[in-house]
Amino acid sequence: MAATKFPIEAGHIMLFARAIGDDNKIYYDEDYAKTTEPGSIVAPPTFAMASAQFDPDYPLRPKIGQPWFGSGKEPTGVQRRSGGSGGGGGGGGLHAEQHFEYHRHLKPGDVLTATVKPGKTWEKEGRRAGKLIFTETVTEYRDQHGELMITARSVGVRTERPVDQN
Amino acid sequence: MALSARTLKVGETYEEQIVDNLARTQLVQYAGASGDYNPLHTDEVYSTKVAGYPSVFAHGMLTMGMTSKMLTHYVGDGRLTTFGVRFTRQVWPGDTLTAKATVEAIREEGGKYFVDLTVSTVNQEGAEVLSGYASARIDP
Repeated sequence: MAATKFPIEAGHIMLFARAIGDDNKIYYDEDYAKTTEPGSIVAPPTFAMASAQFDPDYPLRPKIGQPWFGSGKEPTGVQRRSGGSGGGGGGGGLHAEQHFEYHRHLKPGDVLTATVKPGKTWEKEGRRAGKLIFTETVTEYRDQHGELMITARSVGVRTERPVDQN
Repeated sequence: MALSARTLKVGETYEEQIVDNLARTQLVQYAGASGDYNPLHTDEVYSTKVAGYPSVFAHGMLTMGMTSKMLTHYVGDGRLTTFGVRFTRQVWPGDTLTAKATVEAIREEGGKYFVDLTVSTVNQEGAEVLSGYASARIDP
């Protein structure tokens, strides 16, 4: 489950930069970008996460013809598992850690392929959310020439109950 | 104006306010750009009535993305070599966040120079919401 073809596009970079509130012109002004050290528009450091858009099976996107677990007529569009421990995790748990290694920075025209490798799984008793189950995944993003661009390590956590706010 | 190994000093800090009064709409904007439409971040009804949270809350990756702009403003575009974080506390609509980098080390490797930074983002109460590290290529 990963993006088999993740085209890096200038418009997408602009939208992503707006969403993180960064008005750096290198993300949308090609003429300006030519005068910078990278010499072209580049993607912001966390842009690889947007590969989710190109993952056909990405679970946190409503899909045509399939029930969506967010609210509609009812608070959730799916049947809750009785006695389940879904709790705070909601859909897919919470994000605990994220690590990136940059081998080369992304620019429009690159076409990436993501390869996902499962990592370790471990448990911990949490103070604010009960039992915590951590799962690690490592994603390698390679360009159209097979060159390694970014190595991303992600740690997700499923909580026994919603995180206490105290 | 890249950082330079000659002038940079261990202990030096750089900080920036990365969001003021975080709007729910920015969470929707980030969902649309990133493709992560988890209703915990975009759907108040789901987040409160089903998941049991006080409201929607920010994607960890939005906090990391906003923190990354502090880093690129400091070290320059295309200069980061690593960036990693732990999400230590949730970020809520209305939060105002400040991200800070502290120089831990300046090193040379095969004629290239790098800076190692610790990274911390806090909310308006001074509580840490993200802690991490980054490294970047710098000028001699």
